[in-house]
Amino acid sequence: MKYVAQRIALGLVSLLLLSMMVYAAAQVLPGDPGRIVLGREAPPSAVKEFNHKLGFDQPLPERYAKWLEHAVQGDFGANYTDGRPVTDDLVPALKRSLFLAIYAFILCIPVSILAGVIAALRRGKPTDRVITISGLSLAVIPEFVLGALLVTLLGPAGLDWFPGIAGALVGASFWTKLDSLFLPALALALVLFGYIARMARAGTMEALDADFTRTAVLKGMRRRQVLSRHVLRNGLLPTIAVISTQVGYLFGGIVAIEKLFGYPGIGFLTLTSAQIKNFPMLLACVLVLGIVYFVATLSGDLLIAALNPRIRLQGRE
Amino acid sequence: MTRPTAIGGPGLPQLPVVVEGTPPLAPALDHPSRIRRETIKQIVRSPTFIVGAVVTLFWVVCAIGGAHITPYDPINDSFTPSYSPPTWAHPFGMDRVGRDVFSRVLAGARSVLEVAPAATLLGVVMGSALGLVMGFFRGWVDNVFGRLVDAVLAVPFIVLAILVLTALSAGSEGINVTSWQLIIVIGIAFTPIVARTVRSAVLAERDLDYVAAARLRDERAPYIMFVEILPNVMGPIIVETTVRLGYAVFAVATLAFVGYGPQPPSPDWGSQIADQYADVTLAWWAVVFPALAIASLVVAINLIADTVQQVLDT
Repeated sequence: MKYVAQRIALGLVSLLLLSMMVYAAAQVLPGDPGRIVLGREAPPSAVKEFNHKLGFDQPLPERYAKWLEHAVQGDFGANYTDGRPVTDDLVPALKRSLFLAIYAFILCIPVSILAGVIAALRRGKPTDRVITISGLSLAVIPEFVLGALLVTLLGPAGLDWFPGIAGALVGASFWTKLDSLFLPALALALVLFGYIARMARAGTMEALDADFTRTAVLKGMRRRQVLSRHVLRNGLLPTIAVISTQVGYLFGGIVAIEKLFGYPGIGFLTLTSAQIKNFPMLLACVLVLGIVYFVATLSGDLLIAALNPRIRLQGRE
Repeated sequence: MTRPTAIGGPGLPQLPVVVEGTPPLAPALDHPSRIRRETIKQIVRSPTFIVGAVVTLFWVVCAIGGAHITPYDPINDSFTPSYSPPTWAHPFGMDRVGRDVFSRVLAGARSVLEVAPAATLLGVVMGSALGLVMGFFRGWVDNVFGRLVDAVLAVPFIVLAILVLTALSAGSEGINVTSWQLIIVIGIAFTPIVARTVRSAVLAERDLDYVAAARLRDERAPYIMFVEILPNVMGPIIVETTVRLGYAVFAVATLAFVGYGPQPPSPDWGSQIADQYADVTLAWWAVVFPALAIASLVVAINLIADTVQQVLDT
């Protein structure tokens, strides 16, 4: 429990610091919110009144404190552009992105773990080299480049099996969603493939070399049992850690992928609100991405702790 | 083991020491300069390194040559029909306004390669300094910077860069990003990542005897950090530099694609893809070739990084 509490506390401190940095950085953003909202022809007095009403004439720490007080209650303020609450657009966008992210993980995890384990079992052989090099290459190519190449191969510009533009997919059925989002999810999955396969390979190799595996083999256990009981159970632990940290990475790639496929998730929202300099929305997007990362890494760490008594029981000695 | 072996590391075979009494003819076999030469030889002879270096070099030549070496003008259209498919005269076809895609792809190397190496250098220098300070002093310095590093790393790099670059173009309408701004933003974003790596390398060094000896000699902290410890953590720093360079290209291309980079009509791979993607069904060649260019450069740099890592880490 001590371990869990410590991890959560550290994460919250990081998030608080992040919100401060982002808030401060974003303050430079709209030179004069009143001027931007009311337009060039508005009289200076109206601009002044607008800024006063929204509290822009107060000192920075005060404004931050007020913003934070609302933010922890889930209220990220109102848009500059139309005055609607930020969360109106944020929540559906986040849901769309999470759908895409989970889809990508489901496409990717089984295949990449299998590939990593196979590569480890065939260490040094051609199969291993092919898996390692393709994994290494895929992991470093930008997602939108893979997306563009996939569209020309499988999308409308090539075989035309899947659509190249996703759109908002409002009211679309589950299967339509899966079909429309296949290419963006596949592009994200291919990038993740490299990392996860690499970790699965390294972990499996380490477990294969371990003393307990040698003992198991020498005592005459069947190969299949050695693999399932000793090698994989120990070897795939680091892979879980990598999968959880990749969530943050995935959400970085989602920005470009959502732009490419015109899918209005949180990455798309981040971009559009940055382009029109809609500060409250941009701030909320960045923080929500931070929270997603925090929750993902935390659950990954807790999962590892649950699986590994050496970490779980650390605090009790 | 003797510590000050620069980038040699314990991976190299320890050759037998010269027999007592015989004067050494050449520098001793475990002399730092010799080990360094052996390491470089080992890297340069690796096939993955050669492939990576050749491809990278090709793009560097394109970046330096720019519009001087392209067969056609990469910026001004030629009044030929738009979207004509690849032919012998135009191997990569023509884009929407009738520009030669081949020329634009070659010239597009420049905008990436003028930002990525400079940004990497900035990030590595600042990150190494920060990492040395964090690892050497530990205590509250380490704690405070450590939390800041964690906070920065909690947000995807691209998102953070978008936020900062938007803030920097606050005064103007729309998004206006200069190469200098990209270099500084990417460099600063790399700083915590490099710092984290260097810090853990420094932690392994700081309790070794040579550091204790320097402390006993009453050396000042900056001297110990930069003269004593720094040469011994060069290995991880070099590996980190090559890895960061690959990621810098990744970042520059992605930022250009989402609109934070050179604006059309200047030739740039990322913005070309963004610009031509809407018509991908009409002309796949205008999208695919810039995409392949990005992929080839990123993979090439990572092949180099991978070799360097394997040789230095073993």
